[in-house]
Amino acid sequence: MADETKDPIIQTVNLCKDYGEVHAVDHLNLQVHPGEVFGLLGPNGAGKTTTTLMLLGLTEPTSGHAFINGLNCTRHSLEVKNLVGYLPDNVGFYPAMTGRDNLIFSGMMNGLSEADAGKRAARELERVGMTYAADRNAGTYSRGMRQRLGIADVLMKDPKVIIMDEPTAGIDPEGVRAMTVLIRNLALEEHITLLISSHDLYQVQRISDRVGIFVHGKMIACGKVQDLGRQLQNEGLYMFDFTAEKNGEKEWSPEFQQKIREIPDVTIVGRKVDGSIHVEAKRDILLELQKLMVEQGIAVREMHQTGGDLDEIYRKYFEKAEEEEEGGKSNGRSGQNAGGEEADRPVGLKAKLAAVRSRRKK
Amino acid sequence: MHVLYRKELSDHINSTRCQILYFMLALVCFIALYGAEQTLAQSASQTSDGTTTVSKFMFLLLFTTSGSNIYSISTFLGFLGPVFGIMLGFDAINEEIAQGTLNRLAAQPIWRDTIIISKFLAGATFIFLTVFSIGGLVTGIGMIGTGLVPSGEEVARILFYLLMASIYICTWMALAELFSVTCRHAATSALSSIAIWLFLTMFMSLLASGIAGMVYPTGQSVQGQMNTLANYNLQVGLNRISPYYLFSEVTTILMNPNVRSTNLVSILQSSDSAIASYLTLGQSLLQIIPHIVVMFAEMIAFFAAAYISFMRKEIRA
Ligand SMILES: Nc1ncnc2c1ncn2[C@@H]1O[C@H](COP(=O)(O)OP(=O)(O)OP(=O)(O)O)[C@@H](O)[C@H]1O
Ligand SMILES: [Mg+2]
Repeated sequence: MADETKDPIIQTVNLCKDYGEVHAVDHLNLQVHPGEVFGLLGPNGAGKTTTTLMLLGLTEPTSGHAFINGLNCTRHSLEVKNLVGYLPDNVGFYPAMTGRDNLIFSGMMNGLSEADAGKRAARELERVGMTYAADRNAGTYSRGMRQRLGIADVLMKDPKVIIMDEPTAGIDPEGVRAMTVLIRNLALEEHITLLISSHDLYQVQRISDRVGIFVHGKMIACGKVQDLGRQLQNEGLYMFDFTAEKNGEKEWSPEFQQKIREIPDVTIVGRKVDGSIHVEAKRDILLELQKLMVEQGIAVREMHQTGGDLDEIYRKYFEKAEEEEEGGKSNGRSGQNAGGEEADRPVGLKAKLAAVRSRRKK
Repeated sequence: MHVLYRKELSDHINSTRCQILYFMLALVCFIALYGAEQTLAQSASQTSDGTTTVSKFMFLLLFTTSGSNIYSISTFLGFLGPVFGIMLGFDAINEEIAQGTLNRLAAQPIWRDTIIISKFLAGATFIFLTVFSIGGLVTGIGMIGTGLVPSGEEVARILFYLLMASIYICTWMALAELFSVTCRHAATSALSSIAIWLFLTMFMSLLASGIAGMVYPTGQSVQGQMNTLANYNLQVGLNRISPYYLFSEVTTILMNPNVRSTNLVSILQSSDSAIASYLTLGQSLLQIIPHIVVMFAEMIAFFAAAYISFMRKEIRA
């Protein structure tokens, strides 16, 4: 697992990339240790892809430096590309060649002989569950099949570091589970360092040792998922998720909501799509909540104090960054919104971002 | 590098597009050859009446003589060669981008220029193979069809001619590759290349005479008479920007040893006072060395432009 005593294997120093007026990546300082799985999170256009491109020397930084294994990614791009396997988002293959031939071609580009590449291709195809379609033309593959083949392609060169841009986009749930296991095993058994950019918070939470949250080219938070949760608590944010039942029915009456809201320092009361209740407060109100529910004759199931849930952490940090950008304008926001807007909080991240955006416009 | 080169070359050889191009070119050449044989047979039968003289370089005429209703092989090469080159090059880079393979390729441990150099070399190899195999076939069939056996000098001239034809086609491929880097869509790149081809092939001579006429007006006046030579030189100079024009001059000189120069003065001279004899191969080559150099330079310039714009291009999905 992550070995933090050694030097970081991926390191960026004040890395910047501007596209005209747009700061796609803004003074990024990132360190990833050998054997670690690092999740890069951020909304669309946050600069995740740009960062990965600079790490591979495919795009030149405007200023700052990126190093992999101590090698400057811009100047020693060839050596870096020898070590690093890259899975671009929307990966493509030569449509007129079979999946297997595509892999063999990649292997030979990395200096394997044709026979070795063939053996390796067979092994990697098996690993990503693509053997059944290996001898069909890659042009006939579906998006998810291409994605799986892409992962096999990355493994062809026996990399030390793997950079994946949205590796599980388009893969079916069973496949995602298999890929998650595969990715964890790569880190655990083969000691490969992984940098994964993704929107899929739950998946990132499951496979990453550490995550970095990106907004507008800046990394606004970085660390272990639990640490990030704790950090939020230190800043006075406590979150509780639970299911309340009365007589076997899920409880969500207005009186009940009102009662919770009356507890001092509660800022948000809402219900998730799955029927569980979400409460946020500025201090630890666990005891008061429990007392309230005992008084009401409500049974509590699955009460957990979140902060460990990346979804919440992500949202909080993201909102914080947006607020900072807006200046003091929306300081009172969380208070006003209690209840109403949260009630049917959309689960999908994209919808959520859209909501934040539209709020910004107002 | 050779891995990529081999893949590109086998892509060309296996692609339907290239096979169609190859057979189109071969077919056209054979039809033209047939036409040339017919014409030559006619003039040969006239010769036995003693009306025309037989050329010492009879065999070369197979390439340059047109049939009664079809162009000669050399005309076809000059005209279709660019199409061939453009078809090979116009989607070299943007196709890879569209497929999403370019960033995967660029992430392999190769220099970035390896990609475009391999593509160019593979295309060039395919062109050489095509031109020489078709040239060889035409020569062979011509020998069988006419019973003529080419002399050593004729063979050398044909080989030089095929070499020049290959370079000529490569020039157009380099141009098309330049557009394939700069245009995001294959269709835009193809149309741009074809526009340039049409312009240089069809309208360059009009433009050249227009400009020459503006700079050095000719006419009945003394000044106008004096301008004639300058006018002609400027016109030819402008025309020679076009690889098409260069190639047609090269063809004339290589395949027709009677022609001794492409300059105005010697053309005028030769019409009345030259000794009726042929230029040796060395002398002919001497005449076209500038053409070869310019054509080569144009090819290199187009490729260099493609190379530079590719190296500067940001590779992103
Ligand atoms: N060629 C370009 N010219 C101008 N701006 C660009 C260019 N490429 C990217 N950008 C900008 O850079 C920013 C970062 O883009 P990037 O692709 O890195 O985002 P991302 O985090 O990968 O987003 P996504 O989640 O959608 O993949 C965006 O604001 C984008 O508009
Ligand atoms: Mg991206």
